[in-house]
Amino acid sequence: MYGKGLRPLSIATVAALVASLSLVFFYAPLDADQGFIQKIFYLHVPLAIVALVGFVVGGVFAILHLRSGEGRWDAYSYVSIHMSVIFGVAVLITGSIWAKASWGHWWVWDEPTLVSFLIVFLMYATYYPFRYAIEDRERQGRYASVFAITAGAFVPLNFMAVRMAQSLVHPRVFATTNGGLPGSMMLTFLVSLLAIGLLWVTLVKFELTAKSASGQLKRLRRAIDAPAPGGASRVAPEVS
Amino acid sequence: MLPLLADAPALPLDEAGKYVAGAYVVFLALIVVYVAIMAAKLQRIERELRELAGFAEQRSRERAEVEAEHAEVGGG
Repeated sequence: MYGKGLRPLSIATVAALVASLSLVFFYAPLDADQGFIQKIFYLHVPLAIVALVGFVVGGVFAILHLRSGEGRWDAYSYVSIHMSVIFGVAVLITGSIWAKASWGHWWVWDEPTLVSFLIVFLMYATYYPFRYAIEDRERQGRYASVFAITAGAFVPLNFMAVRMAQSLVHPRVFATTNGGLPGSMMLTFLVSLLAIGLLWVTLVKFELTAKSASGQLKRLRRAIDAPAPGGASRVAPEVS
Repeated sequence: MLPLLADAPALPLDEAGKYVAGAYVVFLALIVVYVAIMAAKLQRIERELRELAGFAEQRSRERAEVEAEHAEVGGG
């Protein structure tokens, strides 16, 4: 069920990624201030935006889970958060590389943008131990949904607080009219954002498909009363 | 895309190059690791599915043998 449309989605994602990389390295002009190092912007910023939106999406799915009680919404929420945490790792690493090249430091502790993202990331890193500390699946899903909603609401609040704070070194690229970017850079950025967004959707769909297959296999095993294999996963919520 | 590539500026291979390459390689590596983990999961699912199919076939063979025995006893 979840695998439907995965192939065209994957093809669209690869095409968008290739277009994005082509625009980044062959079309977008060099930044007058940062030069070639600014090319990291087209990877780092879309990853950050998609990761943060993914956390909020996880919260929205969690609301649907609490309203309907359907396990599939819990699985959607879990996979959205899981994928955004992976994207968050990429944001932190690419950001550190950019910081080292631009500012000469891997990390700047008094910069609100960096520290706030780290706080959001660490908060979602606690989602896993919190979730799997509860054995009963139904209670686990309910509590995880409450966590996802609370944390998901914190993300935009945190974003607004950072925008209002005084920045020390981190640039506010989209603070001015038209994003403060020339047209060619803006086009490249938007294509990169689309590509990273499509990648997130594809990987979420891919993971849901695998979880669905695994869940159906378990049910089949129970139905025909077959012996359980060793090393079966107990961590992921089952998907029907 | 071809006119676009024809107008492409030359890539400067200065100090910044290794940082940009590092950032993009890290991103690519994360995706490759994730896809490799998912491929391992799918292989496990495939193996379990084969085991289940074998188990189901064995069961249906056993059931057919029992039914055949019952038919023989009933007929004799």
